[in-house]
Amino acid sequence: MAFLKRYAENRGAVAGLVILAVVVAVALAAPLLMPGDPMATRGRPLLPPGGDFPFGTDMLGRDVLAGIVHGAKVSLMIGLISTVIAVLIGVTVGAVAGFFGGQVDDLLVRVTEFFQTIPSFIFAILLVAIMTPSLASIVTAIAVVTWPPIARLARSEFMSLRRREFVEAAVLSGLSRTRIIVSEVLPNAMSPLIVMGSLMIATAILTESALSFLGLGDPNRISWGYMIGAARTVFRQAWWLSVFPGLAIALTVLAINLVGEGLNDALNPHLKGRMRIET
Amino acid sequence: MPQIGFLLQWVVKAMAVVLAITILNFFLIRLAPGDPAMVMAGEAGAADQQFLDRVRQDFGLDQPVVVQLWTYVKNVVTLDLGQSYRTGRPVTDMILERLPATLLLTGTAYLLALLVGPLLGALAAMRPRSIFDSLLMVVSLVFYATPIFWVGLLLILVFSVQLGWLPPFGMHSMIPVTGTAAQILDLARHLVLPAITLALFYIAVYVRLTRASMLETASLDYVKTARAKGLPEWRVASAHILRTALIPIITFAGLQAGHLVGGAIVVETVFAWPGIGRLAFDALFQRDYNLLLGVFLVSALMVVFFNMLTDLVLRIADPRIAGRA
Repeated sequence: MAFLKRYAENRGAVAGLVILAVVVAVALAAPLLMPGDPMATRGRPLLPPGGDFPFGTDMLGRDVLAGIVHGAKVSLMIGLISTVIAVLIGVTVGAVAGFFGGQVDDLLVRVTEFFQTIPSFIFAILLVAIMTPSLASIVTAIAVVTWPPIARLARSEFMSLRRREFVEAAVLSGLSRTRIIVSEVLPNAMSPLIVMGSLMIATAILTESALSFLGLGDPNRISWGYMIGAARTVFRQAWWLSVFPGLAIALTVLAINLVGEGLNDALNPHLKGRMRIET
Repeated sequence: MPQIGFLLQWVVKAMAVVLAITILNFFLIRLAPGDPAMVMAGEAGAADQQFLDRVRQDFGLDQPVVVQLWTYVKNVVTLDLGQSYRTGRPVTDMILERLPATLLLTGTAYLLALLVGPLLGALAAMRPRSIFDSLLMVVSLVFYATPIFWVGLLLILVFSVQLGWLPPFGMHSMIPVTGTAAQILDLARHLVLPAITLALFYIAVYVRLTRASMLETASLDYVKTARAKGLPEWRVASAHILRTALIPIITFAGLQAGHLVGGAIVVETVFAWPGIGRLAFDALFQRDYNLLLGVFLVSALMVVFFNMLTDLVLRIADPRIAGRA
């Protein structure tokens, strides 16, 4: 209850949660709201917003609203899955480094630093291009370029928890190391990881939109970035083709960032108001 | 002489990272679909085995992997990044031709972000929860969430299509202008929109980072002491708070500098700016992987350079770091 109360104190976070709930609902209900293939031609090309098409049609006569409704699923899915994978990699690397220390730690820190040195967006472009664009390759590429900050955070949490008495007690009582890491230390390191993870979903959605904008989206699925990129040649005559999908991206990302900050206030009250910015 | 020891360590570390990136690059080339022989055969329209074998021999692709890797590392050291699969021109030349345009764009955006962001953030931190502060926080949150390519498109719609104030794309006017002053003005007019587009996201980050960092520093004891001594508020802010508060900003600025090229790919694509970002985009579509990897390597080198530079600047800004080593 204290958690909910602290969360609700942040009005922006409540607004973010409402927006996010709407986006999730739209994504889940997409087949009911806009039945049929969003990639199919529905009307005359380049119709301005109004009438049968509240958001207009694109150069192939596809319904922009249908694209936005179905695109929500792709954005959220990619944001969520890539973040889960990145968190799994990051926490594993960080936990092992922070818990064991010594040479293992040295090696893993070097590897993490190296991955942080690689220019992440170009690396993501390369990975998707080499693996050929698909949902799986985009998710993999985003996860590969985003795990290092999680690893650093997990490492510092594990390093400080490692020396606490309850961990020493678990070691002395003969529990296996894996067991100690997973069931003793990890639960105590969760809150900052959850906060960072939630903010990473937002970044992942932005990265996906930029990849799709450049033409590296999954060719079989409509996505917001793809819609803007595909309409690039006609955007001066047909403003609605870029304005609506862009608003959808910005609103969703904004909502997730607000939720992330609310979680930060609620889970880490001592850090209230401080924003984590990691690259 | 601890400074010399530091510099030596610095150079060794940089070289290790560059070597690791070069090796990564080599394996990425091998992972890319189709080798240069296939691509060139496709271009030439003749794909008989003899042709493929000859090209593979020319590129050294018939050698064992280790030999190829050694050759590749040797080539990179001498700044030879191989040839473009499409045009057959040296990749290094193609990148060097385009590099000034990208440096102009990213450099302008970088300076703009570094000047405007921390300034606004510091002003907001001096009057927390004022109208100015709240408004700035909302605006920066919005720009932090907005894809930069979309900001670019909107700026073109407003300032080029609707108002007709600024050119929507390119680096120079179609009809060449004469006179040095007129040429510089022409270039500047083309630079405004892409530079602002690239800078806005980072301004948003700096605003929030500076504000948070200043508020945190302001609550420290030594700042209270400075106030208790009766120093004027602007002196407390500029001499006592700012110096400490600058450290996370410098750290981020260093990280960001090298990553600007990533943002430049998108911005240069939107504004048809003839830099290496645009080159990477074209290479992507022509499946010219060697060229794409060349751009990747060059931007990775820029990251290493800026990271090292940041380390140096931090040692100057924060003497505690030098003492720690």
